[in-house]
Amino acid sequence: MSEKVLMKGNEAIAEAAIRSGCRYYLGYPITPQTEVAAYMAKKMPKIGGVFMQAESEISAVNMVYGVAATGKRCMTSSSSPGISLKCEGLSYLAACDLPSVVVNVQRGGPGLGGIQPSQSDYFQATKGSGHGDFRMIVLAPSSVQEMADLTSLAFDLADKYRMTSMVLADGTIGQMMEPVELKDDMHETHYDKPWACTGTKMEREHNIINSLILKPEILEQLNLDRYEKYKVVEENEPRYEEFMMEDADICIVAFGIASRVSKSAIVEARKQGIKVGLIRPITLWPFPEEPIRIAADKVKSFISVELSMGQLIYDVKLASQCKKPVYLCSRVGGMITSPDYVLKKIIEVNNLGGASV
Amino acid sequence: MSTTKIIIAGFGGQGILFTGKLMTYQGLLDGKYVSWLPSYGPEVRGGTCNCSVIISDEPIGSPIIDNPDIVIAMNRPSLDKYEPRVAKGGKLFVESSLIDRKAERTDITVYYVPATEIANENGDNRLGNMVMHGKVLSVTDAISFDNVRQAIEKVISARHRDLLDINMKILAAGYSGGQAAASRFA
Repeated sequence: MSEKVLMKGNEAIAEAAIRSGCRYYLGYPITPQTEVAAYMAKKMPKIGGVFMQAESEISAVNMVYGVAATGKRCMTSSSSPGISLKCEGLSYLAACDLPSVVVNVQRGGPGLGGIQPSQSDYFQATKGSGHGDFRMIVLAPSSVQEMADLTSLAFDLADKYRMTSMVLADGTIGQMMEPVELKDDMHETHYDKPWACTGTKMEREHNIINSLILKPEILEQLNLDRYEKYKVVEENEPRYEEFMMEDADICIVAFGIASRVSKSAIVEARKQGIKVGLIRPITLWPFPEEPIRIAADKVKSFISVELSMGQLIYDVKLASQCKKPVYLCSRVGGMITSPDYVLKKIIEVNNLGGASV
Repeated sequence: MSTTKIIIAGFGGQGILFTGKLMTYQGLLDGKYVSWLPSYGPEVRGGTCNCSVIISDEPIGSPIIDNPDIVIAMNRPSLDKYEPRVAKGGKLFVESSLIDRKAERTDITVYYVPATEIANENGDNRLGNMVMHGKVLSVTDAISFDNVRQAIEKVISARHRDLLDINMKILAAGYSGGQAAASRFA
């Protein structure tokens, strides 16, 4: 481990990607993630890598498609409106089982929206990132250190399962600075990629990367096979953190910046004698259902704290099988829940004592 | 166990984000947990600008601050916005060469510092932020003074390396309340 340095979250993503063996960055600037591109533009030429500012987000994601087809580690990043443009590409990447890393530093929407932080792309990231049946691994960092660590993990998981990993951050974590410790080499596991299009050298059959499958019986089988793979991911890869859950009556579920604000509110609420804890999903897909299912038998109620109009709350309700009431605490449009705001909701929910409203 | 929450606010170009980064690095050098969160957006030189800094003995939850222990208000809009939010018993630093009103709160300690004026007297009117920084260091234990030069070296960009000494000189002026004491910190 090297010394701790102060970095912006966006810079930590870029540096971690490079240290994880990414040598191809294809992007298009958009606030609040432009520092990722700026960092790559500065660093990549010095280490023999490629930085390409494409003419649009659509172009950038299709360049990722091209690089990924050769088995090289590659990445693109954007913020909410730009990710919407990339969704077609995400579907094609999934159809061809190509490993890639896509970063979304979310801002308020819909439409062009604003440039302040948001988490309102939760549905898009976890449920509908393009047409067709497919999934992405979605990782939600809540600190600058995790921006680095989860980016590195994103590359490993993408290679391991031959699928897209998305790092779903928000403007706050992207823009804030915190101390980070980075390993020199974060490229831990090297995966063989016999499927990659690297030239046959006349020694093997052609590898073909293609998403057009006109025979329905074949296309069905490909979908079934892919969902068998997703089942393995769902078994092996859910990640989460529990905070003060041992004796909790109220369970907050929150990720990213909302989870940090919630932690501050929880510490204050505990001073007032309210037993509240937090389950923080680190993977949003696969969603950590088990800890929430277990909590549902212990706590009186849940609060979903999110910077969206109630998106995460659906997964909390599903995972808890609606055994206990689930309340929503949210702000949107680039506004952020403050610790006081969450504390008020905790007190309100505590007074209800588990009653439904 | 202590946590100090600081908001620094003013016009873009006054070194608001720089001062915040400097404090953050000082905290890091002191072995504390730190966070730095800037306002970001379509702001330009002359627009409003602020940043939130937390220095703590414990891991930091929210980097967003409701009630700061320390506020540095470098212009009138910042004083108007943040004075009501200073925590009871907290400290408010007012750039009195640019702000034409007094603070209204009586449950906090208010320091009036003619930062731009002092910076000007000491050779660079752009460095009012460093005067303020020096003043803050002189009246709070949250950030140590000893590592400030080391921190400036970390934060200052390579092309402005020649400004290190003038930064230190003006910071020292703020620290000693406006009297030249640069020799002590050179």
